[in-house]
Amino acid sequence: MSDDTDTIDEIATQTLPLDPWHRARGGRMVEFAGYWMPVQYEGIMAEHLWVRESAGLFDVSHMGQLHLSGDGLDDALEALIPADVKGLKPNSQKYSLLLADNGGILDDLMLTRLEDGSIYMVVNGAVKYDDIAHLRDHLPDQITLNHMDEQALLALQGPKAVDALARLVPGVRDLVFMKGGRFDWNGVSLWISRSGYTGEDGFEISVPAEHVETLADALLAQPEVKPIGLGARDSLRLEADLPLYGHDLDPETTPIMAALNFAVASKRRREEANFPGAERILLERENGAIVRRVGLLVEGRQPVREGAAVLDADGSEVGKVTSGGFSPTLGQPIAMAYVPVPMAEPGATVQLTQRGKVHNATVAAMPFVPHRYFRGAAK
Amino acid sequence: MSRYFTEDHEWVDVDGDTGTVGISDYAQSQLGDIVFVDVPEEGKELTKGDDAAVVESVKAASDVYSPVSGTVIEANSDLADTPNLVNDDAEGDGWFFRLTLSDPDELKDLMDEAAYEAFVAKL
Repeated sequence: MSDDTDTIDEIATQTLPLDPWHRARGGRMVEFAGYWMPVQYEGIMAEHLWVRESAGLFDVSHMGQLHLSGDGLDDALEALIPADVKGLKPNSQKYSLLLADNGGILDDLMLTRLEDGSIYMVVNGAVKYDDIAHLRDHLPDQITLNHMDEQALLALQGPKAVDALARLVPGVRDLVFMKGGRFDWNGVSLWISRSGYTGEDGFEISVPAEHVETLADALLAQPEVKPIGLGARDSLRLEADLPLYGHDLDPETTPIMAALNFAVASKRRREEANFPGAERILLERENGAIVRRVGLLVEGRQPVREGAAVLDADGSEVGKVTSGGFSPTLGQPIAMAYVPVPMAEPGATVQLTQRGKVHNATVAAMPFVPHRYFRGAAK
Repeated sequence: MSRYFTEDHEWVDVDGDTGTVGISDYAQSQLGDIVFVDVPEEGKELTKGDDAAVVESVKAASDVYSPVSGTVIEANSDLADTPNLVNDDAEGDGWFFRLTLSDPDELKDLMDEAAYEAFVAKL
């Protein structure tokens, strides 16, 4: 018996500040984005379901935390990403994309306006050094970019995350989805936003690396909280229709192909059309791209994974599966794939082939599992 | 009845010329939650080392090789609806398939339970 994929260690795998903490709690460590990270503790299925019903603690310290400041910052950033940076208010967070000149996606990211007007940005761990190089190359000299590699990053996700975190930091109850703030916890300064990568309510917490273990212990001491590995992070985000860079997004895909039209939602940015690839992206937005990222419900029980081919009615290969696995919430295999636009409507049926076997699948309305973000108390 | 193991973590129980094949408890613990098992069809001729089955966890697909040569006489049909039998009882109810051995001499190359335990302890 053997795994289908082999990993090649090109450079020494790094350790994160919580490495011993994960190992002590039974985390099974795997190499990911150049770091040793826990893929699971008690098991992906149980961890996944725990996040959907209670609260899970994720170490995402591999991600790149960047701080950008300087005169003309908003104009400089708007030249690289399609978001309305100028309209981003203090303590507000936005999803955006780092774009190449041809409109291809170099990374997806979160940016937040801080009180002093500067920007805090979180980018994917696997491409963070490429992102930093791209930003340094393209931002004018008066913009200062600081890689905050002295900070760890935790995510606490799930419907009970707010109860657990509010016991330590009561002020977080006042945050709503995509808002953040600076909070003090026992003299430690935390940047906390109400956001995440699971589709659930929850928080992301930037903490100085020397305090992350104490904070992780304090969070895990809450009865709602269990530690969650990368395996469940992947199945949770797949159910929530959140694409993963390097798999569902890459330099060959544009925001419209990736069904991320909301990332080019700003009317002003579209009218100014001064972000990379604007001409192509706006044309695709108007007329549709040739292919689109969709969700697929796969018949049967066998997962269809990244790399499987999508076939049209004639049996010709017309697309690729970019993520696939078993949905613990739905109890069936699900996938993300790129398919020609005429095949991209919910209810359309497609065939997938993997290792010589054909699987039937149906284009699903996304997300597979409804988002449960906290947008404010019911009025 | 004797049980033999491979370095790829399959086991085979041999009773006369009939072998029952599965994956070891160590293997299932490494794979994690198993959501699907693709077992070979009855009548399939397998040579030792052939891809015989596929076991899918939430995370990944893994090939299961036939520890010996022979003809498949039965697959474990319970795995279709309850693949987690492999997690719950890998070396019992979670067996994959039975085959008629064509070359019992091949068993000499496999490990017995004690040797396999020692092998796993070093991993």
